[in-house]
Amino acid sequence: MSTIAPQFRLSRFIGSLFDLIFWVILIFSLVGLPIVFIVLFYIKLPVINGQLMTPYLAMTWMADPSRTLPIVKNFMHTTIFKVMAFPGFGFAALLAAATIFVERKFLAKIQLRVGPLYCGKIEGILQLMGDGFKLMSKEIIIPAKADKPIFWMGPLLFVGAAGAFVSLIPVAPGWVVANPNVGLLAVFAVIGFFPIIAVLTAWAANSKWTFIGGLRALHQMVAFEIPLILSLLGVVILSGSLNLSQIVVSQEHFWWIAFLPIGAIVFFITILAELERVPFDLPEAESEIVAGWLTEFSGMMYGLIQLGTYLKLYAFAGLFTVLFLGGWNGPMVWPPFPQDIITQGITIGPVTAKFPGLPLFDQEMLNGTLWFVIKTVGVILLILLPRGVFPRVRIDMILHTGWYKLIGLAFINIFIALGLLYAGVLGPGGLLH
Amino acid sequence: MTTQLPPGMHLETVDDKIMTLNVGPQHPGSGHMRLIIKVDGDYIVSCDPDPGYVHRGEEKMAEYRNYIQNIPHLERPVIHDSSNILYPYCLGVEELLGIEVPERAKYIRVIAAELNRCIYILYWLAIYGIFLGHSTMFMWPAGDRELFIDLLEAMSGARVTHAYLVPGGVRNDLPSNFEERCLRQVEYFEKRLKEYEAVFYQNPLLKARTEGSGILSRTDAIRLGTTGSVLRASGVDFDVRKKEPYDVYENLDFQTIVMKEGDSYARSRVPYLEMFESCRIIKDALRKMPKSGSVRTKLKPNPKGGNDEVYRRVESGRGAIGYYIVSNNRPEPYRVKISVGSFRNLICMPYLLKGEKLGNMPAVYWGLNYWPVEADR
Repeated sequence: MSTIAPQFRLSRFIGSLFDLIFWVILIFSLVGLPIVFIVLFYIKLPVINGQLMTPYLAMTWMADPSRTLPIVKNFMHTTIFKVMAFPGFGFAALLAAATIFVERKFLAKIQLRVGPLYCGKIEGILQLMGDGFKLMSKEIIIPAKADKPIFWMGPLLFVGAAGAFVSLIPVAPGWVVANPNVGLLAVFAVIGFFPIIAVLTAWAANSKWTFIGGLRALHQMVAFEIPLILSLLGVVILSGSLNLSQIVVSQEHFWWIAFLPIGAIVFFITILAELERVPFDLPEAESEIVAGWLTEFSGMMYGLIQLGTYLKLYAFAGLFTVLFLGGWNGPMVWPPFPQDIITQGITIGPVTAKFPGLPLFDQEMLNGTLWFVIKTVGVILLILLPRGVFPRVRIDMILHTGWYKLIGLAFINIFIALGLLYAGVLGPGGLLH
Repeated sequence: MTTQLPPGMHLETVDDKIMTLNVGPQHPGSGHMRLIIKVDGDYIVSCDPDPGYVHRGEEKMAEYRNYIQNIPHLERPVIHDSSNILYPYCLGVEELLGIEVPERAKYIRVIAAELNRCIYILYWLAIYGIFLGHSTMFMWPAGDRELFIDLLEAMSGARVTHAYLVPGGVRNDLPSNFEERCLRQVEYFEKRLKEYEAVFYQNPLLKARTEGSGILSRTDAIRLGTTGSVLRASGVDFDVRKKEPYDVYENLDFQTIVMKEGDSYARSRVPYLEMFESCRIIKDALRKMPKSGSVRTKLKPNPKGGNDEVYRRVESGRGAIGYYIVSNNRPEPYRVKISVGSFRNLICMPYLLKGEKLGNMPAVYWGLNYWPVEADR
């Protein structure tokens, strides 16, 4: 017995739908249409190419590729497209989500399971989307004694900081949201926000578990920020620039990982710690402190934190690619755009369509994006892989590793970089430059 | 304004540096119990275990049922080690009622008990893995456990609550091709078990985390009355199967695993090594078992015990389980007292956790081989 709508009748439901449609049409034609005509009477329509730009004409233009393609192309170079879609938020979230799915299947294979299987018919490919919708439909519960404004602000700040980090990563030549000359310093500045957000939300939730988790996150991130900064100084010394795009350009012939493997390893370990991934996931250590500083988050607030974590994961992997693996550099494998489509158009039966605006993207950009994506996905998989083989470490072990071993290794890395520079092997005017 | 407290009560003095944490009963790392832990920074100042959330009065229930009806509910405290918790009850009742057990039934009981011990230890190991954040070590034992669950299902018909051991033997005979199948699965399992070594026990992070934490010395282990793997991990060579052999254990070929260190790592490793010995026992018992014969002595309806008392114990996955059964010429026992290994191991938890880091808490807690439901009975 359904208790949701016991008096439900399909015929009445359909009848009510017809009623609704009738009233909508009536009100729109009596009230809506006169308002539209009054508004159109006062708006001065523009004249373009000697034609009055009526709404009907604008609609016919939308079907004409020779007129729409330049508009689309223009739109693609606007800042809002870069922030929302391609090198920014949408691209990062999509890439991270796709890799998370691969990781879940991969980890399941390690552990003799099948992983997500049912959602989306094909091997559970829509599982992540399903999880997202589930989080959206959940109630958001705020603890009674919480400091509410800061508690609400936490997830937004987290996603904001992660988005700022994503915007600094260059994907292809010229395709970056923000390209400051001190790009790497900006990255350090953005990374410095994360422990503050963790401690703020942990304190605002007013719970013991979040408090301990927040302090753990603070200790861990601060302890690993210094080796992180030091391990990247070698790259700055060799490439002679703080601009991330120029660092990529400087690796046209050699990737810096070939000369600075120690720096790359140190940076990779600090990435694991900054992202709170296994084996450094102790701010969220389940068996000790429930879920650490995320304990009191529920519903989409937790979902936002997860989204921020994914974005951060992508951004760190992208940073590793940019600094050590040559960013978008790689052999030209993308086929050139077929010229006869531009000159002769596409003939389908009797109709010949011409697209004078093509190509939308140039070949170098597509090739660069391809190589960047391949490298970044590889790095993300490497970041996620330790989950299958490592247990969690303890807080004193992590601090010992951070303050004692990694800083030493980072200094050795700097000395290697300085040695290469002063021996005249690399750097401006070097043998291999 | 002052509040008058009742006599004998006093307010606890609050130290600003010390934070009290209620680990449980709704905590992913607690089980059905509560640990009241006081921490000073990352160090545990004191720990007060608070069991009793799953007390079911098994001992009282046993006084209202006759000797045969008691079987299914006495195995409830540890459903994944059900043969071992029923074993001493069956031994005690047989002694009280003067029942002879057929030779074949004795071997089948040993096989069932060892299969069940493996099921329990694999379950325990899976939770040990996830407590330390090692998700692969959760999935592998939980999957390999199915091998033994399938075998016991073929023997008894049930996947977890088998009720297979009864006073006078076992409930039913083995299925036709059981020996061959059991041998094949146990040999496969031994191969799998060696892979655990590489992925878990030789893992440098696990060693760094558990070696030297929560050390229980040999004298303390004896003084605090621990039992089972905790006792053997502290260097005491005590196993009921060796010291007071019951049924056919004296005919079988196996060793007691003893480690000297007494730390969390040793406590995690002793049960793992015991699974190899269990496999040896199973294979040996399958070889030496009489191939045919009766498996159950027929009892009189509603048998009565004399005016007598009996105490029998066996080695379970968590240590010695003892049953003290008193009868007074009635079909029901007058009193059944169960002494379980879990509760005896729980006693040393406050001593071990004092001065430890909070991060060591799961490793020490679960290393004690403590099962809250069994401790509460």
